[in-house]
Amino acid sequence: MSATAKSPWIIHYDASSCNGCDIEVLACLTPLYDVERFGIINTGNPKHADIFLVTGSVNERNGSVLQQIYSQMPEPKVVIACGVCACTGGIFRECYNTLGGIDKAIPVDVYAPGCAVRPEAIIDAVVVGLGVLEQKRVSLASGTLEEASLPSRLTAADKMVADQTVRASALAETIG
Amino acid sequence: MTGLSFVFSLVGFGVLAPVIGCLLAGIDRKLTARLQGRVGPPLLQPWYDVRKLIVKQSAQVNSYQAFYVCMSLVLAVLAGAFFFAGGNFLLVVFVLTLSTLFFIIAAYSTRSPYAELGAEREIAQVMSYEPMVILISIAFYFALRTFDTGVVFSLDRPLILSLPLVFVGLLFILTIKLRKSPFDLSYSHHAHQELVKGITTEMSGRTLAMVEVMHWYESILFLGWVGLFLVWGSWFALIPAIIGISAVYFLEVFIDNNFARVKWQSMLKWSWVVTLVCCSLNIVLLYWLG
Ligand code: SF4
Repeated sequence: MSATAKSPWIIHYDASSCNGCDIEVLACLTPLYDVERFGIINTGNPKHADIFLVTGSVNERNGSVLQQIYSQMPEPKVVIACGVCACTGGIFRECYNTLGGIDKAIPVDVYAPGCAVRPEAIIDAVVVGLGVLEQKRVSLASGTLEEASLPSRLTAADKMVADQTVRASALAETIG
Repeated sequence: MTGLSFVFSLVGFGVLAPVIGCLLAGIDRKLTARLQGRVGPPLLQPWYDVRKLIVKQSAQVNSYQAFYVCMSLVLAVLAGAFFFAGGNFLLVVFVLTLSTLFFIIAAYSTRSPYAELGAEREIAQVMSYEPMVILISIAFYFALRTFDTGVVFSLDRPLILSLPLVFVGLLFILTIKLRKSPFDLSYSHHAHQELVKGITTEMSGRTLAMVEVMHWYESILFLGWVGLFLVWGSWFALIPAIIGISAVYFLEVFIDNNFARVKWQSMLKWSWVVTLVCCSLNIVLLYWLG
């Protein structure tokens, strides 16, 4: 294992979480779970971080913030979606302003489901993320790492139209 | 200090200080974890951190920040080399201050609000400990009639016996210099704080690695200052010196874990009070006892 995988520094961003998952992320940092065993430190600074933990779904306002933080992190970096809200939008998915999971705004490497996501699941996800981090380090060193292109259009209107089409076809199917 | 001893000291300090400093940083993190009832990271964690930072993609805010940090590192190594070659203590102090100034300029050059606030706090830290450092040099001169640190190896009793209060003052500012709570205002090694990462906010990758390595050099240099008070002209002196330095380091880790960060006003006030009381009393005592 290279040094990169032994010293993952994390940054946590609360997109629009109900705070359930945030509390679980912070619980990971308590002495009970002691993530510093794996060299994990919560830096709170994107420029120092290797792993981006995001809780909550993306909406029109925080999508650009998420992209900002993501692009401030130097490669190699890994994004982990913590909780179903971050994975797919969860119970907020149908909201008028919600775009869905955070993968609507930035590329996600590991999905950690759960409502709220358990600290064990988060630690597992980070450990899985270390493998991805290691791969990215190797491709960065060989110059084959491609910069992810971030979607520039972040509006919930598209999702509503898409959702309505799905609903309409489902309705049509039921009625026959 | 001869030219040859300087070269020896430069090579010795340049190579050994980061090794010992890195181990000390590892012990610090391990101890901290144990004090909090955790297992803690591996002993070599600081080394993994720095190696990781070196291979990270370089993302610089401007082209000169890395240069300033590099100058700061070089000057810290030079200061250490002067000190361990038995050179002039005042020279060590001034070179070290210059190193800190470069570090502050590096943070200011980014124009980031967090880094600027961190830099301002670093200046407050310099204002807090610098009078003490200057008075240590003066007390050193009063006691030994020279500024050369090398003479401590020809003493017949350790300096701490004639400068006990100055030693207490040194311990006080050591907390600031080693960036330990309650005086880790400009940036701390612990999880994030109100200023993001303070003075290092805009530093990433290799630049941040240089800051970490500089911290290892500085730790060894400051523990060397502690050792200055504990040795005398005999090989046997190394044993109490090493025990004393370890005890001081443990004390710093213990203080770090038991105090919350203070405001800069309190830091300034208390370090000046301690400086004035300890140093002036000690110097007056030296006069009386002749
Ligand atoms: S997954 Fe559940 S606990 Fe987590 S943010 Fe969403 S609703 Fe809250």
